[in-house]
Parts: sequence; structure tokens; C-alpha cells
Amino acid sequence: MKFPYSETVLEHFRHPHNVGKIENPDGKSMEGSPACGDMVAVYIKVAPDKKTIEDIKFESYGCASNIATGSIITELAKGKTIDDAKKITWKEASDALGGLPKIKAHCSVLAIEGLRGAITNYEEKHGLIKKRVPTTLETIRKRLKKVINPLAGLDLVRTNLVKDIQKNNGTVRVAIDLPKNHQFASAIKEEIDEKIEPLWDVKEVIVDFTE
Amino acid sequence: MQEKRVYLDNTEATRLDERVLEAMTPYFFDTYAVATSEFAYTQGIEARETLDEAREKLAKALGAEPEEFVFTSGSTESSNMAVKGVALALGKKKGKHIIISKIEDFPVLQSAEALERQGFQVTYLDVDGDGLVNLDQLKESITDETILVSIQHANQEIGTVQDIAGIGAICHEKSVLFHTDATHTFGRVLLDVKKIPVDLVTVSAHTIHGPKGIGGLYVRKGTPLSKWMDGGFQEFDLRAGLENIPGAVGFAKAVELITAKENKLLQTLRDHAIDRILKEIPDTILNGHRRKRLPHNTNISFHFVEGESITLHLDIHGFAVSTGSACFSRSLQGSHVIYGIGGDHERAHGSIRITLGRYNTVEEVDAVVDTLAEVISELRKISPLGKEKYGEEV
Repeated sequence: MKFPYSETVLEHFRHPHNVGKIENPDGKSMEGSPACGDMVAVYIKVAPDKKTIEDIKFESYGCASNIATGSIITELAKGKTIDDAKKITWKEASDALGGLPKIKAHCSVLAIEGLRGAITNYEEKHGLIKKRVPTTLETIRKRLKKVINPLAGLDLVRTNLVKDIQKNNGTVRVAIDLPKNHQFASAIKEEIDEKIEPLWDVKEVIVDFTE
Repeated sequence: MQEKRVYLDNTEATRLDERVLEAMTPYFFDTYAVATSEFAYTQGIEARETLDEAREKLAKALGAEPEEFVFTSGSTESSNMAVKGVALALGKKKGKHIIISKIEDFPVLQSAEALERQGFQVTYLDVDGDGLVNLDQLKESITDETILVSIQHANQEIGTVQDIAGIGAICHEKSVLFHTDATHTFGRVLLDVKKIPVDLVTVSAHTIHGPKGIGGLYVRKGTPLSKWMDGGFQEFDLRAGLENIPGAVGFAKAVELITAKENKLLQTLRDHAIDRILKEIPDTILNGHRRKRLPHNTNISFHFVEGESITLHLDIHGFAVSTGSACFSRSLQGSHVIYGIGGDHERAHGSIRITLGRYNTVEEVDAVVDTLAEVISELRKISPLGKEKYGEEV
């Protein structure tokens, strides 16, 4: 009898490594959405001198391939410098797991994005982004695509909730097409803050809801 | 992996009853002629008589006349035949409007979509939070162009049983044909075509411990239905093809073996499962109507966890169940039924369906609920969702 998953995938699925949260992480990232069925959160602790990943943990809301990839990338990244860890590819993770079904590629790629996202988050917070490109409205829009509209399970941009984006000096204003007393308003604001604030030239994020 | 595997996906398929196999066996080895050979030789006559006898039993189970029961290869074919057959018969004469519910099973849903691509107009009726069609909306949706209303008897995923007597009454008042997909109710929930104004009924053997590959369509006398499987005059010239006599015999036997007592027992087990899960596992929600539901269907969504992970863990423990999660399906689409009842993506992804059959026991139900409680708790520990509640245990 052959499962669509390899033995290694099943082993990591059953007993995932490095599961959980890191309190006060140096970098963190949440990727995915309930819409595609999967979410991954990655937390890292980075050694300040050597810039190596000292500790890494993940959380998963997803299928077996999502959980297994989360588990394997924490193993692959641990001890590596952040520059090396950034280069870990989906292929490497998939190979380390003995292969993943093609149809499940999108579930597993999230863990890689999560790892890279956590490293970027660390770099931004520590002023390590080398080329300081000024934040454009496009960059902001791109980040808003990672904020999920809980009503639809899809991101804010795709569900047309972002009415307007403005950037004036260090202040970013995002207009959201939801009443401010909406049940998800505060959750959405919190997520927007989390995604936009780490940008190096952003000092303040204001989210405007409709009356 | 445990030795004995427990099958709890009896909506998808069922274990064949030995008595069904026993009834079928002679028609593979002794009387294997086909009924169309009745004018040529004795075995043909035997085959004809056997087929008639099976047809009579099945028709009777629906309160129908034998000549109103057409054998097909299963419920998919039956529903295709009903929806497309009526469209072909009336599309040019009467109109091109069809009404179905949003939560129909794929044979009806995709037949309607196929007709839509050919210029038919389809109204997809909403259902309420329990999965019930709104009869007022149905009434308002019927126009002079409407040729068919197709609304299932019970839902394949959430088990909600529709008020088909009410639906049928509206259709007949407005002189519109009514088809119902009774794949999951046949034998389990009473449907008497003498009492319910319905013109076409889809049934199948695979859900009631009968063989796969045999089903039927009840066609009320005088219902306009175009033949679209050509190649012979079988089945009252409505469906060409070699008669599946062992299948027909097995189907009839399967219906005969169902008892009211069994249905009652299934319902007791179902209620036991639902009550225990809702009581013992926090953050759960029942999908489908609490009372108006199939006697063997339990469908529950678990917050903060994803269905494929649940089913895979249960499988490792030896239990086979199903989920409405997108991850589980090849199409990566979440259950259209859960969306149809107003559920969000998380509710679809975290839904688990347990459907019982003749061979399940109360011990198995208890065991799957116990295992489910453990699996949900473990998965919640690793989920980034709902952390304010389950995070401390990490």
C-alpha cells in the first residue's frame, strides 16, 4: 500500500520538530490564509554576532505536507547564517522529505516563504537591509496582499477592501472599506500594522475604516 | 497502524452484504444470459424474469410501478439522465430554465453547469444555515420558461433532509417537473412517490451495502424524457446497454435487507456521536440540521485545524472518515456545501464527516470520538490559530 506521502513526510507529520512559538522572537512571519487551507507561522532567534539562526520554531494550520515542510525547514535552517538560510529552496525541502506530491506544492512552499519572511522581518528590525530602497505604494500593496480578510479567507487586495493607500514622509495611510465597528476591524488593523511597520522608512501606520 | 480498520465513510461506499453477494452469484455463473435474448433461448427468458422481479421489488420500495423504474449504472448516470433528459425533451418546446439548489451533489450540479454552457439558464437556490431550501424563493424563481426543478432529498455531506413534499407540491402547482437525488435517502428515509409529487428520483445500490455500478431512476408515467444513451431498446427504450442482471438482483436484495430497526439503530449511534463530540470537544459546530438529517450522518467542523491533517491522523489510528477541506480534494476547492450554508473557509477546511453503516458498532463510534478528541487537541497545539485558547499547553 502506497500513500501519496513519503515515509519521511509522514514521520514529520506525526512528530513535527520545533513546533511552537518563541517568546520575543528576533524575527517572525505568518504566511498563507485559511482560503488556501494552510497557514504557517515561523519564529526565529538570531545570534547577534554571527548572525546564525540559534533557535527556530513554527506553527501550522494545514495539511500533512504543510506540517512536514514546516518541520523540515526548521531543521534545515537551524545553525545556518541568515544569508544561507534565505537560500533554502522548496526543492531542497522537498528532497529532504523524500519528495512531495506536485498538487501539494503550494501548501509546502508556504513554509519556505515563512522562513524567508521571518529573516526579512529580522533584517528590517535590525537595519540590515543593504539597499535602502524607499517604500513605494506598490511595496505596501504587496504587503497588504498578505493580510487576510477573514470574511472571505482571501487577502484584502483581492477582496477589494483596500480603497486607498497613501504615503507621506514616514506616515502610511490605508483606507479599508469596512465600518470601524466591524467585528474584524481591530484584527485587520493589527495585521496591517504588523506587516507595514517594519518597513525602514515607515514611522507611523494609520488605518482608516468607514464610518 | 492498528489491525482492524474501521470504515466510517458509508456515504462514499459501503461494504457489500454477504447475502447480497449470495443472491447475485448465480447470475454470474448459471444464468448469465441477457434479458434481450428472451426470444432466442431459455436462459434469456430466465434473465428477463429475474430482471423483472428485481425491478418490481425496487419499484415497490418507492411506491412505484415496475415500468416506472429504469436501471442505470449508478446515481451519477441517473441524475445526468434526469436533468439532461428533461432538458433535451423540453428545451425547445417549453423553455430553457432549470432550478437546482446550491448544495446539490456533483452529478446534478455539473449537469446543470453543462446545460448552462449550452444556453440554458440555471437558478441556484440558496439554502439556510441548516442547508434547507427556502420554499418561497423556489416559488418566486419558477417562470413560464422553467422546465425542471432538481433538489436533492438529502445532502451528501451535511445530511440535511429537504422538505421534498413541500417542494414537489410547489412544482406541481406550477406544472414544472421535479427531480430529486435520493442517493443517500433510498432505504434510509421514506420516499413514497404515491404521496410525494415527484417525477424523477435518483437511487443507487452503493450506499446501502449493495454492489457498485448499479442504480436506478424512477420516471413517473408520462414524464417527457429524451433518451441519450443509444444502442438498443433496453429499459423501456430509455437507456440502451446490456442489462446488469447480477447488479439488479443485488440492488433489490440490498433494499430488501434494510429494516426500520436498523435505521433506528443508526440514528441512535449518530446521535451518540454528535452529542459526544459537541459536548467533549470545544470549539466545534454541527453542520446540517440537527433533526432533519440522514440517520447515519455526522458532520462537524473543528475550529483552528485543517481537515486533511485530521483524516490522516485518524487513518493512522485505523479510522476512515472524510473532510470538506480544500487540501483533501484534488481540485483544492473547499466544500461547496459548507460555503452554501454560509460557512467560511475555516469551517469548510475543518469539517469532518462520519457516516455509519450496517457494520459499525457503538464501540467503534466511541473509539473514533476518543481518537478525534486527542487528534484535535494535538493539532490545535501546533496551530497558529486560536492561540489565546490553546497556546498555553505548548
